Amino acid sequence: MKSPTGTALDLSGKRIRFMFVIVVLLVQLILGLVLNINTGSVSIPASDIFRMLLQSIRYKISNLFTAGNFSEALDAVINADTASQILFRIRLPRVLLAAILGGALSVSGYLLQVFFRNPIAGPFVLGISSGAKMVVGVTIIFITPAVGSFSSAGLMFSAFLGSLLITLLVLLFSQKVQNMSMLLVIGIMVGYICTAVTDFCITFANDHDVVNLTNWSMGSFSGANWEQVQTAVLVCLPAVIVAFLLSKPIGAYLLSERYAASMGVPVKAFRLALLLASSLLSACVTAIAGPVSFVGIAVPHITRVLLKTSKPILVIPAVFLCGAVFCVYCDLIARTMFAPVELKISTITSVFGAPVVIYLMIKRRKTGRE
Amino acid sequence: MNTAFSTRDLSVGYNRKVLIQGINIDLAPGKILTLIGPNGAGKSTILKTITRQLEPLSGSVYFGERSLRDISGKEFAKQTAVVLTERVHPEMMTCAEVVAMGRYPYTNLFGRLTEEDKAAVQSSLERVHALDLASQDFSTLSDGQRQRIMLARAICQEPEIIVLDEPTAYLDIRYKIELLSILRDMAREQKTTVIMTLHEIDLAMKVSDDLLLLDGERVCAYGTPDELITSNDIEELFAIHSGSYNLLFGSVELPKPEGMPKVFVVAGNGKGTPFFRALQKQGTPFAAGILFENDVDCQTAEMLSDHVIKAPAFEPITDNQISSAIKMINGCQYVLDAGAPSGPLNRANRELILYAQKTGIPVLTDLKGLP
Repeated sequence: MKSPTGTALDLSGKRIRFMFVIVVLLVQLILGLVLNINTGSVSIPASDIFRMLLQSIRYKISNLFTAGNFSEALDAVINADTASQILFRIRLPRVLLAAILGGALSVSGYLLQVFFRNPIAGPFVLGISSGAKMVVGVTIIFITPAVGSFSSAGLMFSAFLGSLLITLLVLLFSQKVQNMSMLLVIGIMVGYICTAVTDFCITFANDHDVVNLTNWSMGSFSGANWEQVQTAVLVCLPAVIVAFLLSKPIGAYLLSERYAASMGVPVKAFRLALLLASSLLSACVTAIAGPVSFVGIAVPHITRVLLKTSKPILVIPAVFLCGAVFCVYCDLIARTMFAPVELKISTITSVFGAPVVIYLMIKRRKTGRE
Repeated sequence: MNTAFSTRDLSVGYNRKVLIQGINIDLAPGKILTLIGPNGAGKSTILKTITRQLEPLSGSVYFGERSLRDISGKEFAKQTAVVLTERVHPEMMTCAEVVAMGRYPYTNLFGRLTEEDKAAVQSSLERVHALDLASQDFSTLSDGQRQRIMLARAICQEPEIIVLDEPTAYLDIRYKIELLSILRDMAREQKTTVIMTLHEIDLAMKVSDDLLLLDGERVCAYGTPDELITSNDIEELFAIHSGSYNLLFGSVELPKPEGMPKVFVVAGNGKGTPFFRALQKQGTPFAAGILFENDVDCQTAEMLSDHVIKAPAFEPITDNQISSAIKMINGCQYVLDAGAPSGPLNRANRELILYAQKTGIPVLTDLKGLP
């Protein structure tokens, strides 16, 4: 016979739900990947997609063991026809990038929400994206002409710096105001200031740089290449693993900072790790794809509702997966809805993400705590 | 003496500013120490210091034989658990999961609960009589239930010392009593040492083994409730000048009505107390008598009036007492018969009523006749 606590602590119910959600999300992700590759000006049948992918993967793996004997075969698959070139050079990197960055952005938002213990904290709402844009703007307009050219790593570093700067600023304010709405207002104001500074820089920029910055700040996965995918994996994977390893202290921290401290969580170091991981993730996304709004807020919430638990060890992987699915589909819509014209990714994410925020605000009002 | 917790010349405060100094505590295992004092007297500051949320400004704190400075965060968490005043709002967590948080110092990197951990959660929930809440969502609980769960979380940490900051805040009287008796049981049965702050002096007197009285600058008294009850420390501490506080009962009365008595209440056997209080509410000064010192009416009358004619317990009323009562009645406009039973010892009270009727002073049996 099972005791009442045994059943309540027994996570098997939650585990089953978790596994179910994960499987559904994975299926969605694969479906999304295929749909994304399949649709567009040139339609590639799903069977071709799988054939080409399997071939390339087989050669790629064989290459690892045979010191490049299969490179030619691999190139042959990639360059076989227009379809294969579109697949390998354009659509595959793009959809992978959308998936990875979407997941990264969601985890980043989740970490910020933990940090501020506030369900609508997110890189975009707190002005962090605008901060990244500001520093990237300064880099493109003032530093690049001086240095010569800018690499994507340099851009990423600028975005990271900007994100961190504004995160710290908001952190400073958050210690003065406990009220959630006040913090949001401050975030929005900080965002405006950053935008003003960016606009100021643009006034003194030449047309070419303005186009560069505007393209960047439109937020889009278009023009994705393998180099970007590689960077995204290298930066985001470690940060997401760090986030996952922080699951246990995150759980304690969600109870309260003082309780966490009383249970032996080294709170200062923990908060620093949380902030760094979150900034790194959002900076990586912002640097590669530009500011993408509302994913960071909406996805963690959707995930919690799906899982019906807030246990970080279950929530974090699901958040990543859910963010990946969310962005893959949003990018599909952005790309195909008014084809050949592409919408910016934030247009789509806002349409789906902002209502979630409104819903959250109303729900919190009802439960009567701010 | 075998001590679970002690401090030596401890000074506490914020930002290098000393708030209270010279704190010396010695607490045996299984004892309950309660810190009492007015708001802002530094109770929470002391609790924060002994739970390592603030650095001691000088002096030392010992848990058992070891100095607080030499204990690592994880070790500390295994021997000390806290219940804080702040309200927590965990989302989508069952009570059992909140309680299981107490296993934090014992679980592995991923916080995986072993069978032993689960058993600890179960027994902690049993301790606070909340087993039926185990699978309920924490956010749906009442304040009383929440506090019990937070206590269970602390118990689940299997500490030698539990520190509670105003555990009875937000609770109604039934839950206050329930919570404090759980603490008492733990102290007795498991030798858990309890350090807490309370606002209710009366409850503090009843539940604690030791009391530490704070006035915001210093420790003004430290001792057992029996030692403190005989001194004026508590009344002085809370500066209860306008109202009065009965230490024996821990009950509070509003200030005495001022002026010469207008009504003489013939009371006894507790019958007078409701009238005393009603007169206080009207603002009518009154006298009362003749009351034996062991009568509850005597306790309340003395808190609400300066004019009480008393007689020593278990002894007959003397002529002297009767004549001072008659003098008092002559100065009053009314005599109120509270309806106390009369027996061989207090027959004099009957005589007082007869005297009033004879001399034409109106005798009332309720307050309706009063202007």
